[in-house]
Amino acid sequence: MERPDLVVIGNGMAGARTVEEILARGGGRQFRITVFGDEPYGNYNRIMLSHVLASGGSADDIANIYLNPPDWYTENGVTLRAGVRVVRIDRFARKVFADDGTIMSYDKLIIATGSRTFFPPMDGMWIDDRTLTEGVFGFRTLDDTTAMLDYARGRRSAVVIGGGLLGLEAAHGLQRQGLRVHVLQSGPILMNQQLDDEAGAILRKVVERMGIQVRIGARAKAIRSAGSVTGVVLSDGALLETDMVVVTAGIRANVGLAVVSGLTVERAIVTDDQMRSVDDPDIYAVGECAQHRGEVYGLVAPLWEQATVLADHLTGADLKAAYHGSKTATKLKVAGVDLAAMGLKRPEREDDEFVRFSEPKHGVYKSVVVRDGKLVGATLLGDVSKVAFLTQSFDRGLPLPEERVKLLFELAGPSGAQSVAEMEESVQVCNCNGVSKGALVSCVRSGTRSVNGVIAATRAGKGCGSCKKLVREVIEWAMEQGGRAVEVDQSANWYVPAIPLDKSALVAAIRERGLRSVSQVFAELAPGGEDAASKMALTSLLRIIWPGTHVDERDARFINDRVHANIQRDGTFSVVPQIVAGVTNPEQLRRIADVAEKYDIPMLKITGGQRIDLLGVRKEDLPNVWADLDMPSGYAYGKSFRTVKTCVGADFCRYGLGNSTQLGIDIERRYQGLESPAKLKLAVAGCPRNCSEAMVKDIGLVAVGEDRWEVYIGGAAGASVRKGDVFTTVVGRDEAVRLTGVFIQYYRENARWLERTYDFVPRVGLAELQALLVEDRDGIVAGLEERMQASIEAYADPWLEGRAPVTPGQFHNALPLIPLPLVPIRDGSSSPTGVPVPTAIATNGAVG
Amino acid sequence: MSALPVESVNTHAKTAHRLGPVDAIPVGEARTFAVTGIQVAVFRLRDGTLRATQAQCPHAGGPLADGQIDLMKVVCPLHARAFAFADGRCAEGDQIRIYPARDEAGEIVVEL
Ligand code: SRM
Ligand SMILES: Cc1cc2nc3c(=O)[nH]c(=O)nc-3n(C[C@H](O)[C@H](O)[C@H](O)COP(=O)(O)OP(=O)(O)OC[C@H]3O[C@@H](n4cnc5c(N)ncnc54)[C@H](O)[C@@H]3O)c2cc1C
Ligand code: SF4
Ligand code: FES
Repeated sequence: MERPDLVVIGNGMAGARTVEEILARGGGRQFRITVFGDEPYGNYNRIMLSHVLASGGSADDIANIYLNPPDWYTENGVTLRAGVRVVRIDRFARKVFADDGTIMSYDKLIIATGSRTFFPPMDGMWIDDRTLTEGVFGFRTLDDTTAMLDYARGRRSAVVIGGGLLGLEAAHGLQRQGLRVHVLQSGPILMNQQLDDEAGAILRKVVERMGIQVRIGARAKAIRSAGSVTGVVLSDGALLETDMVVVTAGIRANVGLAVVSGLTVERAIVTDDQMRSVDDPDIYAVGECAQHRGEVYGLVAPLWEQATVLADHLTGADLKAAYHGSKTATKLKVAGVDLAAMGLKRPEREDDEFVRFSEPKHGVYKSVVVRDGKLVGATLLGDVSKVAFLTQSFDRGLPLPEERVKLLFELAGPSGAQSVAEMEESVQVCNCNGVSKGALVSCVRSGTRSVNGVIAATRAGKGCGSCKKLVREVIEWAMEQGGRAVEVDQSANWYVPAIPLDKSALVAAIRERGLRSVSQVFAELAPGGEDAASKMALTSLLRIIWPGTHVDERDARFINDRVHANIQRDGTFSVVPQIVAGVTNPEQLRRIADVAEKYDIPMLKITGGQRIDLLGVRKEDLPNVWADLDMPSGYAYGKSFRTVKTCVGADFCRYGLGNSTQLGIDIERRYQGLESPAKLKLAVAGCPRNCSEAMVKDIGLVAVGEDRWEVYIGGAAGASVRKGDVFTTVVGRDEAVRLTGVFIQYYRENARWLERTYDFVPRVGLAELQALLVEDRDGIVAGLEERMQASIEAYADPWLEGRAPVTPGQFHNALPLIPLPLVPIRDGSSSPTGVPVPTAIATNGAVG
Repeated sequence: MSALPVESVNTHAKTAHRLGPVDAIPVGEARTFAVTGIQVAVFRLRDGTLRATQAQCPHAGGPLADGQIDLMKVVCPLHARAFAFADGRCAEGDQIRIYPARDEAGEIVVEL
């Protein structure tokens, strides 16, 4: 017998997921499956459109959002009709009609048409009944998103109509593209669906602090255009000038098909507990176009549950499967704003408990609503440390700690491991991709041995990313349960990928065999020979082992170290001259100013390292720029000693307890430019007020009076934030300089490649470092000092190479003639509206 | 922004272009040439072989001639994508164009 035909209308998140669930239950053998999708793509993760918008929409970002590419359909015997829209259903003939003329019979039909943007009626919004005015956008599809990004390029401002979740994500995304953004919210607060007044008011402050303008109570009345958008007229008559408008004032279910086919439709297609239309047992509806017990959901978590029930029922895997509705939780995906909300925002019944903590100044608001001992609502803004615990309590109705304050703060509450163990297998860990604890556990049981392997196989944590920590915890827990240690990758300890030796063995082998060049090292120690990815680390190591006597091979250096400048996104370079300890003088400033003018430097910037950056210098100009500056390199490009930030200290500051500026100068002069496994950034503060942020530096020195300096190590305030550990307190400038050198040399000789001190210090252990370097337990300090001295003596300012290039064409441009206008030119002034001109389009990962 | 000077000789289908002495490229490094308006990165491997590819990384326009190489691949200096000289592919899926290149009596010859 022919297999019956199953037709799915809509290839969005619900449609595709339902097909996956059906296939998982053997439905591929039971049915011939055809999917119609209006959008001309495979199935993608709509949630990620917010990330695509914020990150600029590179081909990569877009490639990453696909859940099921077209191949997946072929491989699973599913016919995908991408880019084809179903325009009519004939229930009596059991046929669907598509806009390309296809007529297809069905035995079972699934409607998963989702929603579309709701455009409130407004003058000037439309050109005709199908075409929006140029510059007006919805935010629902990939096409919407790429169109917005294209349009935003080179524009200055945008107005977002609607201050809900989607509106804020759109606003944030456009702001990241360099636009000045206004959000119009006609209601009294932002995200009024999820937040109460107080939380809404705090969120507004947080959002405004990020530079997004919020207008509360502002209703858009009309859109002004002159060919394309020029402004928005508000209901009070005011005109807000803008280059583009994004409408996020709600969504409407796509139910036109269902209405004309005579299915019961209220806000969406009314279904029973099996997700069947109440009018036709052969037609199911799932996702945002379905209405179940009066609820229409606008989030993905409910549709995972609906899809399972539908598949169970349709395939006969479980005819009793029933959907009982979902509890919904939302997270705002705006970088820098932590916000999670679930269930009720305020108490509704007399005896509901309401526990609340509000600290508007710091943008923190937390509340929970408890009913009959169960969590029925929670809002977390500014501090989401309890979100995993609360989400589980909310989803599962877990018992709550008697001391309700523990729901809001980390005072107690189950520790990570405990709560992972207690979680039921069915608890959804990753909402974006619908992955449960059980799915992670069974992936581990079926033999996947590494955390990243499980993540790759299940896609858990690959949506909005907010569950990453929990995903990792669950995987690690499952591995422990299975008696398996989390697989340690042997090569993780190798210093470079090409040579199977850890650092100390590698250093010993290099010393023993007297290997002085990178190609010698490859020849003698690398089983597979030369490897591009290992070269930079080996160059650095050889320079540390053989100061002044290693054999330099230019190709073994990273480009930054070949031309002593930092490569930028468009292939130009940045030049940061040394300004020792942040102290400069009129003559240096004058030279910098002259150079900037002479070479048309696109941007001059004061860096976070207390010096001046000349950005956008062409490679071929580097030697002349250095010669004209006549200042040494500041080493802002290398894996090396970078800067010593200082504060004004005892000479000028009324609180100063020590001469921090001079100490900073002495340290930077002595250790300038030394290569190390990763960057070294130091600071010296004249008193514990710590104005130079010494407590969060690789090495920080803080004056505590009477010529004593407290030494901090292992601090960080970059991608990781860690307060440095107090290493010791030294007396006198000389001792401070010496001990700094001892620590640096030990770090240079023992840290892994790219291991910053914030990882190195905790790995080796503070007590061990104190014993080794302060107390000299093993008598190694004299050797460290000696080798450090040799490195210092071998130091030469690399910018002198500009005068006699080392290789032919060292400063020959690697991208001649191609205009790459990605990095905008700034003159440092403001745009007419007082906001800086747009920044570059995409963010690139850091190079090195 | 001058490109290195180039001299072209017509052969059959492709044209062989003489791009000057091999020594213009330090061993293990690369330089970019403009060949009839097309940007070509020419690499001089440590075993003496020459390789030629398109000059710009397909990912985000990185200058491939500024990358690090070994006998098999070039690693883009911007985000470390590694493109194989054999087929121009990288693990992330992008592909670069490879042009035949050789050392003819100390001269760089590239066909395109
Ligand atoms: C220019 C500057 C930003 C500015 O405009 O102020 C800057 C620019 C870059 N930083 Fe930074 N950082 C700058 C100060 C900082 C600081 C603040 C400081 O030095 O006090 C930090 C936090 C302190 C720290 O490092 O712990 C900082 C933490 C980072 C990080 C994160 C490192 C980490 O492990 O946490 C990276 C990424 C990396 O190293 O992999 C990074 C990487 C970069 C790179 C080099 C990205 C790259 O690899 O190309 C940027 C180069 C831009 C360019 O095109 O030239 N930059 N960066 C600052 C230069 C300071 C200087 O004068 O040398
Ligand atoms: C920018 C953005 C961010 C979001 N962030 C989150 C979040 O963080 N968390 C969360 O839970 N949810 C989020 N959502 C909501 C979530 O994406 C939706 O709830 C989910 O996509 C609904 O799935 P669906 O399949 O019902 O609808 P859709 O994913 O919209 O799929 C419906 C598909 O059907 C197609 N279609 C419609 N009519 C026809 C027809 N007649 N013929 C053929 N095809 C048709 C449409 O083109 C569409 O491809 C976000 C949504 C957006 C737009
Ligand atoms: S690495 Fe990031 S924070 Fe640092 S300068 Fe570049 S964009 Fe800014
Ligand atoms: S530009 Fe080459 S890897 Fe990104």
